Amino acid sequence: MNRVIEKKVLSEVQGVRVAQLDVEAPDIAAKSLPGQFVVLMAEEKGERIPLTIVDNSRGAVRIIFQEVGLTTKLLGKLNIGDALFAMVGPLGHPTERKKYGKVILVGGGVGIAEIYPVAAALKRAGNHLAMILGTRTKSLLMLEQELKSVSEDFYVVTDDGSYGEKGFTTDVLSRLLKKEKHNLVYAVGPIPMMRKVAETTKPYNVKTIVSLNALMVDGTGMCGCCRVSVAGETKFSCVDGPEFDAASVDWDELTKRNRVYADKEKHICNLKKI
Amino acid sequence: MKKEAQKPIEQTAVLRAGNFEEVVGVYDQNQALLEAARCLQCKDPACISGCPVGIDIKKFIREITAKDYAAAYFTIREKNNFPSLCGRVCPAEYQCRCTCVLTKKGSPFASENAINIHFLERFVGDNGMKNNLVSATTPEKGLSGAKVAVVGSGPAGLCCAGELARAGVKVTVFEGLHKTGGVLRYGIPPFRLPRDILDFEIDCLLKMGVEFRLNAIVGKVVSLKELSGQGYRAVFLGLGAGTPSFMKIPGENLCNVYSANEFLTRVNLMSAYKFPEFHTPVSIGKHVIVVGGGNTAMDSARAALRLQKMNGIDPDVSIFYRRTLVEMPARRLEIEHAKEEGVQFKLLVKPQEFIGDTEGRVIKLRSLECKLGEPDASGRRSPIAIEGSDFEVACDMCIIAIGLSANKILTAVTPELVTDKYGDVRVDPQTMETSVKGVFAGGDIVGGEGTVIEAMGMAKKAASAIKEYLKV
Repeated sequence: MNRVIEKKVLSEVQGVRVAQLDVEAPDIAAKSLPGQFVVLMAEEKGERIPLTIVDNSRGAVRIIFQEVGLTTKLLGKLNIGDALFAMVGPLGHPTERKKYGKVILVGGGVGIAEIYPVAAALKRAGNHLAMILGTRTKSLLMLEQELKSVSEDFYVVTDDGSYGEKGFTTDVLSRLLKKEKHNLVYAVGPIPMMRKVAETTKPYNVKTIVSLNALMVDGTGMCGCCRVSVAGETKFSCVDGPEFDAASVDWDELTKRNRVYADKEKHICNLKKI
Repeated sequence: MKKEAQKPIEQTAVLRAGNFEEVVGVYDQNQALLEAARCLQCKDPACISGCPVGIDIKKFIREITAKDYAAAYFTIREKNNFPSLCGRVCPAEYQCRCTCVLTKKGSPFASENAINIHFLERFVGDNGMKNNLVSATTPEKGLSGAKVAVVGSGPAGLCCAGELARAGVKVTVFEGLHKTGGVLRYGIPPFRLPRDILDFEIDCLLKMGVEFRLNAIVGKVVSLKELSGQGYRAVFLGLGAGTPSFMKIPGENLCNVYSANEFLTRVNLMSAYKFPEFHTPVSIGKHVIVVGGGNTAMDSARAALRLQKMNGIDPDVSIFYRRTLVEMPARRLEIEHAKEEGVQFKLLVKPQEFIGDTEGRVIKLRSLECKLGEPDASGRRSPIAIEGSDFEVACDMCIIAIGLSANKILTAVTPELVTDKYGDVRVDPQTMETSVKGVFAGGDIVGGEGTVIEAMGMAKKAASAIKEYLKV
């Protein structure tokens, strides 16, 4: 029935919250693998949006989201016992879980949550993990202990220097890459960060994977809303991704496509006074 | 005296272009009687052979003439569980009406004088709905209690579920979306198929004991193998042709270039035309180009035009098609309706490139003019682009409606399911059984893009074979 069985507010900065919901969905939870996502509707008249499955224990799907759009704000209003209107999954290809060797994981903003299941899986596969987490400010940092526990090396950077190093995740990334050879870089976060990661790793010729957050409707390859150019070829993020080779992604196109409904989103949030 | 073909009442073009209400009305009793009386009751009725599910058209028309509308309803339901639906969306002019003896010999589609079989079917269906007529289920020996899984709740899945449930089979339909109906709901706009009609036809299946499991993607949340482990003795795959095709020309991923599937899904399934009451947005172009000439192109163009009118924008929607009106695969009625509503037709054009602004939004479409060459494999004259005939048309939104191919979610994880080079599932044409024993398939996942009723025809054939399979 997709009932919320646990809820946590992970952070709140200037009225914008990051919340975590555990949603009862034993069938989806049983099948989900790291890197996969669900598409959900908060209410019957709602939008369908994709969110990464952060955890699948206890027969529930854990989602973590920043309350930035109408749907995420509606999700944030749900309490324990409330039900989502719909949830479908697990969607997308799971992360390839194999031994690469030395792996750097880069998580930015709410993307940090999405890093967690991938990190845990790569750790289990015997990889050496260096974790770089970046947020605007200290209070936005989440899952610090969990992520630390699976990492050999652990770095935090904040834009304002309120915690860890002041700067960007890519500052640490280029330092690590300069120091020694790595076998994989895996990044999830805002598009500008992932794009910068792609640029940073390029000269080092290291395999770099990003998990994209393109807009979606059905999430099953039916509509093509999430199409993205990868190495000059059109791919659907939902069924061909969500992970792609960072150097091959047309970041300009993705940036622009993800902004198509920005005005309408603002408009509906104002109208609904949410 | 020659009797005139009866035309149902329609919303006027001006009025209907500003709403999503149904365009074509239903015959009143008088019209139905007059139309039925035109039927020649041929000794050897050719119309029936034109119906993919073989409805006894002659008989149900005779029953209308006798004013026994309930009998007419049950005559149709014997072969087709969805008369109100098919009476609205069947391309009758290529099927039963085309083979009607009143159609001129050799005509590619029905003559105007051919009996309006689809309107009569709809009259009978809507009348049955109004009077809550329910066909009796006739449990067949050896079938009661047998569990069958149907994958997909589009035309094929619904039809197969209905056929099996009627025979006493316990059917569970797995649907990936949050609502039933498949393409009937996400593809066909409410102005062609009102949602209460669709809901009614599907509710009939619920009453027959069919169970629906929404938000359940077979191949993701449950595998084919697991279904048989859960006691389903046979499976029917009505997966549809879910993947939109693109032209593979530059600029196709610019903002506000949509696949018809995305545009229609937003509008129809997600009710974006009621934004912000419904939360899913859709762009509303001032100058819209729709590429394609099928029913999906017509639906997209007419929906886009309605959105313009509802938002105070002067209608400006053009269909770009590479052949001419004659070769257009859309229903004649849809083409006429689109024209009446103000959709422009730009024929013999082949898009070459979408051009965008600095924000990545489409602002122009460059195309080549075409001429018709020799007939191709489809029997239609193929378009030949004329070098150097390039021209540009300004647009701020484009919808690509050039076709669909198989969705591979299930087949990709089920290698034992043999597919052809298009990704369609291979079946034995006699039984519709796939390469996996006990797994049958029908509809667009088998035949590529077809009509609703063609999908149902295949589903019926599969249902018969499934019943035989279960009895063994």
